[in-house]
Parts: sequence; structure tokens; C-alpha cells
Amino acid sequence: MNFKEVKKSIPKVDGKGLLQGKPAYTDDFVDKNALRVKFLRSPHAFAKIRSIDLSRALEIEEVEVILTHNDVPRNPITRAGQGYPEPSPKDKFILDQYVRYVGDEVAIVAARTGEAAEKALDLIDVQYDVLEPVLDFEEAEGNSAVIHPEDKIYEMFPMGFDPKNNIACSYTDTMVVGNVDKKVEESDIVVKERYYTQAQQHTAMEPHCATAYLDYQDRLNIITSTQNPYHTRRIIGEALDKPLKEIRIIKPRIGGGFGGKQAIHCDIFAAIVTLKTGKPSRCFYSRKEVFENTFTRHPMRFDVTLGATKDGIIEAIDMQLLSNTGAYAEHALTTFMVAGSKVLPLYNKAENLRFEGKVVYTNTCPAGAYRGYGAIQGNFAMESAIKELADKIDMDPTELREKNCIKEGETSPVFKVMGEGTEGIPQTMESCKLDYCIKRGKELIGWYEKYPSKKIGKNKVRSVGNAISMQGSGIPLIDMGSAVLKLNDDGFFNLLVGATDLGTGSDTILAQIAAEALGIPVERVVVTSSDTDTTPFDVGAYASSTTFVTGNAARKAGLNMKEKILEAGAKALDAKSKDQVIFEDCKVNLKDGTKSITLEELSSGLYYGYAEDMQQLIASGSNTSPKSPPPFMSGFVEIELDLETGKYEVLNYVGVVDCGTPINPNLARIQVEGGILQGIGMASTENVVYSKKGKMLTNNLMNYKIPSRKDVGKITVEFAESYEPSGPFGAKSVGEIGIDTPPAAIANAVYNATGVRIKTLPITPQKVLKGIQKLNKE
Amino acid sequence: MKIELHVNGKFYSLDTNPDAFLLDILRELGFTSVRRGCDTGSCGACSVLVDGKPVLSCCYLAVRAQNHEITTVEGLGEEADKITEYIINEGADQCGYCGPALVVTTYALKQEIPNPTEEQIKQYLVGNYCRCSGYEGQMRGIKKYLGVE
Ligand code: FES
Ligand code: FES
Repeated sequence: MNFKEVKKSIPKVDGKGLLQGKPAYTDDFVDKNALRVKFLRSPHAFAKIRSIDLSRALEIEEVEVILTHNDVPRNPITRAGQGYPEPSPKDKFILDQYVRYVGDEVAIVAARTGEAAEKALDLIDVQYDVLEPVLDFEEAEGNSAVIHPEDKIYEMFPMGFDPKNNIACSYTDTMVVGNVDKKVEESDIVVKERYYTQAQQHTAMEPHCATAYLDYQDRLNIITSTQNPYHTRRIIGEALDKPLKEIRIIKPRIGGGFGGKQAIHCDIFAAIVTLKTGKPSRCFYSRKEVFENTFTRHPMRFDVTLGATKDGIIEAIDMQLLSNTGAYAEHALTTFMVAGSKVLPLYNKAENLRFEGKVVYTNTCPAGAYRGYGAIQGNFAMESAIKELADKIDMDPTELREKNCIKEGETSPVFKVMGEGTEGIPQTMESCKLDYCIKRGKELIGWYEKYPSKKIGKNKVRSVGNAISMQGSGIPLIDMGSAVLKLNDDGFFNLLVGATDLGTGSDTILAQIAAEALGIPVERVVVTSSDTDTTPFDVGAYASSTTFVTGNAARKAGLNMKEKILEAGAKALDAKSKDQVIFEDCKVNLKDGTKSITLEELSSGLYYGYAEDMQQLIASGSNTSPKSPPPFMSGFVEIELDLETGKYEVLNYVGVVDCGTPINPNLARIQVEGGILQGIGMASTENVVYSKKGKMLTNNLMNYKIPSRKDVGKITVEFAESYEPSGPFGAKSVGEIGIDTPPAAIANAVYNATGVRIKTLPITPQKVLKGIQKLNKE
Repeated sequence: MKIELHVNGKFYSLDTNPDAFLLDILRELGFTSVRRGCDTGSCGACSVLVDGKPVLSCCYLAVRAQNHEITTVEGLGEEADKITEYIINEGADQCGYCGPALVVTTYALKQEIPNPTEEQIKQYLVGNYCRCSGYEGQMRGIKKYLGVE
């Protein structure tokens, strides 16, 4: 395929300005006099507020307003930031009489200075009836402590919502194909294991923040670090009983999201303060608040059973899952389902499949969307179990994967049964180079020389490990994105998109796609994104949707604009119809070559010169798709492990990825490299730890350890030659695929080095050492 | 109290609390390149140069910065363009929030260690966290800027 503007590494359109510190992020646009918004938060994991006395706090002169659950509308919402109807139960009020985890908001204070707001927090007197919390998610179901006893909360469609039993949702008897129990009984080889994955923190470098103000039309404007301005507008409108017409959401540049900014946090508090006071407000979370009071990844427990033949044909897969959504159920159902729907199809030869389980409430920090979104959890369980199976039948695990994995032209029954929250849509893999990714990854890591391990000193071992993964490209027939192109005099274009660039580079690649479709150099495109007043609708940046979903919208807009230019050009050249002209090199030419007009001349004529033919050329494109072509990856790790301490180092991580056409190979590569490093963090050091009373202990960057640039030797990323016919110029999405494999790949490498299987993340030196000591005793 | 700061070659007189940190003051003065990422001096997003050496402005009292040269990325001129170019040519800038601090620290590194090894570069920049990029692309760009193989 010959492309001019895509499959080309150009710098990010916003790169220079961001690196040089130009005003770009939410907090760069705050009115100097904006009220500072701070929160009184619950010290208890579970309590009912008996009384709140604000009198002393209100005596502070600079304090403008203090809001408690008595002062705010009581509409149940979900802060998940998903499409509509929402697949998360509506179990949250802006403020409530119950507090359900340490840090749950009790009161909102707005003052003219930050210090005054802090002082007021100290003077608020709250009496609580302290309740027995549920902190262990394995004891949540049916516990006598009911976390959501209130009425008015509800599910928008049946998802097994049963709050009286602390169940946010459940899913049984649906994802059943064949007869798993029978097949497992008959199988030569059975693997049956339990795995745990932990809560992980997004840790985007920019803390959550928002600023709100009323404009000269008295409309509520909110500038916020969100991944989905349109959902934010809808949810804030719903929570505050405000017509959407009166709300404008602007997403400026965002300092990272990873799913953490899909949710509604600061924005709603800033909004309510501004509505109550009429004054601009600013809410900027401390890092401690980001840790304690936004969302984590859902911790999960998996019971995996595999049945296989002696020669390594996987015949049956059973996954039973218990997931912990914390105090509120944002993304409870959908992350749960993705743990199956983006894992099971990897092994599509198995004809007997079952996936079931529940998501429970606990009195801990709520869980939400996080890059990988269930798939990384499921991947750890499945890819660990696959390795165990390989060892049982004495087969190289990469060969077991090659034998059983999904290939181009194939499908899986899972696609039809499991969607996100509801039924899915059948799909055949029109692009799937997973087998190549495995083969190429082995070459890059030097698999056959290094597998399983090599001693390289008295106490040091080097070993390799592997895992494969898939993700999606948006949610079929739920995600929708759109784009508008406008031709300006001087021959340049505005591209307006609702899509939200979080640093992902979507503004850049959407411009490349539009330019390719239209047949102009990308330098002629100026991108404006993510303003609910001026840019067209987009669900936002999540579920690896932008390249595929919005990308196709940008492509359609480009093609439509080209038609309009041909029409206008034909007229300007006195041609009978647009069939007599072509658009090339920014010129409209008569096909016979006798006359041509430049885009500059044409656009100037359309604005100023063509009398009754003067017009604004505007073209648009919207897109949704019945498909969500999965990107695939094979991840390989080489580690060096110290047998005396259990410590290991990642020497090299190789990721070979099939994301179809990488629209901008450099940006795609960084997406994958960054994803891999976050995955390595989850595998090795990142863990959310609570005290016995439910207070989060890992609430700063010293106790919660994310990888620094010294923590990993090397990350090597390559792309498979692949073309997805349904994607824009062959592309699939690439935002999440990088993160999925490290937990399993590293666990497998640790086993190869030591014989110790770590089944509970993260894989710490202590766990490894304990395992080694146990083996030595046996 | 009244203090005077010398930022990027210009003097600024201002009235401030004695316990105000340089980060907040610089932002108030309009230097939006200086960014807050944490409350514990752990992320490096607030790095600026004081007399050419990187400091964490979130932990550095503004008063203490009097009579010293403060440099933010806005004051690096062409050198900032150069460093930026190397990084964006690798596509290594994602959200960019960590970017200006990385640029000033890289600049300081170049002044301080003329021919650094890869290890020295990583060590010098280890306090500059980036959650997006995986560091690899940044390193590719920075190594090219420094002429290191
Ligand atoms: S703001 Fe994080 S180190 Fe200064
Ligand atoms: S680019 Fe986002 S933190 Fe570095």
C-alpha cells in the first residue's frame, strides 16, 4: 500500500509547545480569583454521618461556601464516564449520609484562599456512627455489613445488581459453550489454579484537576482533565439537574489518563461550587488525593481450569472470577467481562468454554477503568495457567501457544456471547499476525538459546518468559466518533474532533488520516479537539477506540471534503462536472491538463471572489462499527534473578505487535513501550496496601513505586506487517495492548529461573525468596 | 514579605509568604512550564535550574532563591528548541507533563557532564518520572542530543 501521510512518523502536533511549557493544561487556565475547593474526607472505612456542625468553619472570613449532603441534589449517578445506558450501577450521590471508604467526601469547602479552606476543614465537626467495614473482598458477598443499604440506587439494565448482598453485578450461565465439566473430566491433562491480581494506580503525572466558571451567557463552563468531555457533560447535567445546553466542557491538554480520567471527579465539585457561588472555582487534587480518592484497577481472583490432550490441544477452558469494585461500582461489570472476552478468544481451538463470576463491593478505594481494563488481569491468570500446562506436558510454552492461538480468518464464539455489559457481535479476524508476533519475538529475545534459564554465576540465573495478548479497537456499535473539516482561505483546513488526546497523539494521527483521505499534506491541517460547544461528538478516549473509531470518522470527513473540493474546483474551472477534474498536489486540474487552480486560489474565491457561488466548504464524517478488530501482541521478557535474595531485574522486554497499519510508527511505538513499562510496574512493584482499618498506606510516590528510568534494562518494540480492512488505512488501535503481557511473562520467567510459581501479583523478591526456600526444604 | 527573584534573566519583585515554595511563585508569575505532580518531592515535574543546577521547586523556598539565577525552560532559548526537537522526533513526548522539567534537567546534564555514559544519563535523570513513555524514546532522543552512542 502506498501512503503519503500515514504510516509515517511525524512529530506530535502539540509536542513542541508542551515540552516548552506553553499554557496548555487545566491548571494553566484558572482565573486568578478562583475559589479554592477542598474536601473534608471520611476518616472511617464505613460510617453513617449523624451530624455536621459547620458554624465555626463558616466564621472564617474567606470561606464562601461549605456543602454537605444536605445541600446538594440527590440524584444517583455513576461516575464511570461510559456510554448510555450506562453499564455501571447508579450507586453514587454527589455527597451522601454514608461514607463508604476512608477518604469518601463528607463536605466540600470553597474559600478565597487555599489556606482558609484548609483551616475550615479543621473546624468542621462531624459526628459519625462508625460501622463495621468489609475490607476483604472474599468475605463481601452476603456479609452482614451492607455497604449500599440506601434506596434510589439502580441498574440501567439487568446486570445482577444485588446491593443487599454487596454484589455490584454478577454474570452466570451465559458465557457457556460446550460442556466444560465433562470435557475436563475426560481430558488427559488438567490444570486447575487460583490467581490473584492486585489494585494498581494510574499515577498519571498530572493530578486530577478542574476549573469552572459562569460565562457572560451564564452558562457553566468546565475546563477539566477528562478523557471524555461528552459523557462528563451528560453525567454532570444529570447529577445537578441541569439542561445540557447550559454546560460546556473543555478538555485542554491532559497530563496522562490511562483510564483514570475517564471518571468524574474534580469536575463535578468545581461545577457545584461555581453554581452555588456564581464564582470561578479551582479544584486540584493533591497526589495523596489522587491515590486515595480516585479509582484503582479492580483487584481480581481467578479460578482457571484447563483441559488438554497429551499433545497440547486445549479442549476446555473454565474461568471463575471474583472482582472487587471497592466502595462504588464504576466499570464493575465491563472490566469483569473484558477479563474473559479479551482473553478467551486467544485460544479459540477450545470448544468448551465457561466464564462466570461476580463483582462485589468492599469498603476500599473504588475501582474504575484502567488501561488493560480486565484484560491484563485475565491475561495474568490465563497465561500463567498456559505455562503450567506446557510444563505438565513438557512442551515449549511458545509452541503450545502457536499451536492453539487464534489465526487470521478464524473466529471465536466468545465474540458473539460477550460484549461490554451486554451481548457481543460475531467477528472474524481479518487481520491477525499473532503467530508471526510469537515467532519474531522469539528471534528478538533469543528464545531458543535462553529458554528456560541459564546460571550465570553462583547465585544468579537468567531466564526468559512469554505471554500473548489481545485487546479491542473500541466497543462495537456503542462507540461513536465524528470529525468535521473546514476549508479556510489560504487553503488550510480545520479538523474538529471530539476525540480526546491524553498524550496519546490522537490529534496528530487523526490529522494524518484526514490528510491522507483528502490527499493533502498534513501540514495544512490545524486540529481542534474536545470542546463540547465547538467540536462534534465523540465517546472519548477509552477502550482503545480513537485510532479505529474516530480514525474512520476522520477518513470519511476527508473523503467528503475531497468531493466538495472537486465540485467547487470543477465550477471554478468551468468544467461540466466534477468527473472532469482531479485533485492532486493541492490543485484541482482539468483531466485534459489544460487548466488548473490551486487550493489557495480556490479557497480565496470561495470566500471572496465567486459572487453567488461563494460558500464555506464543510465536510463531516461520523463512524461507528460492528467490528472491534483486536490488536495482538506477543511479549517476551529476559530477567536476571538473584537466588539468594529473590530480586530480579528486567534486562530486556520484547513486544511484537499487530496493530494493523501503525498510522504514526513512532507514536505507536511509544504507546507500546509506555504500556509495557506500566505492565512491568504492575508485575513487579506496584501494589495498593491498606491498614487493618482500611486506610490506604501506599498514598504517595515513595510508598507506591512506579518504574523509574533505571528500573528496566531495555524495551524492544516491533510491529508486524498487517492490514485491517475495516480500519482507517488498515489501522487498529494500539493504546492498551502493550500493558497486558508483563505480569504473566515475568511470572513465567521467574518460574523458569527458580521453579517457583507466583500466583499473586505483584511478584516481589520476598515472595520469590519464600518460594525458593520452600522448594529447598522439600 | 517582599522578595526579588531573578528568573530567566529578568527581575521580579513580589510580596509573598516566607514559607512559599518556588513552584507556586513561578506559576503565579506565569511560568507555566513548572508543574506540580506530587506533594512529596518525588516526581521531578517541578524541576528548574538554580545557578544552573536542577532543583525541585516544590521543595525549594522562594526566599532561598533570592540572589540566585533561576532558569526555567522558557529561558533556555534555542537550546530548548534543540532538545525539544530531538525528543519529538522520536515521538517520545506523550502527555508532555513531565517534559519541561526533563528538558531543563537534560540541559543541566550537558553542562555538567560533557561526555556522559548511558548509565550517567539515566542516573542524572532518574528523578524525572514519566508515566507515559516508557523512557526508551526519551533516552533515544536525549542520547542523540548529547551525541552519545
Ligand atoms: S512536584 Fe513532584 S517533585 Fe516537585
Ligand atoms: S509524557 Fe506523560 S508523564 Fe512523561
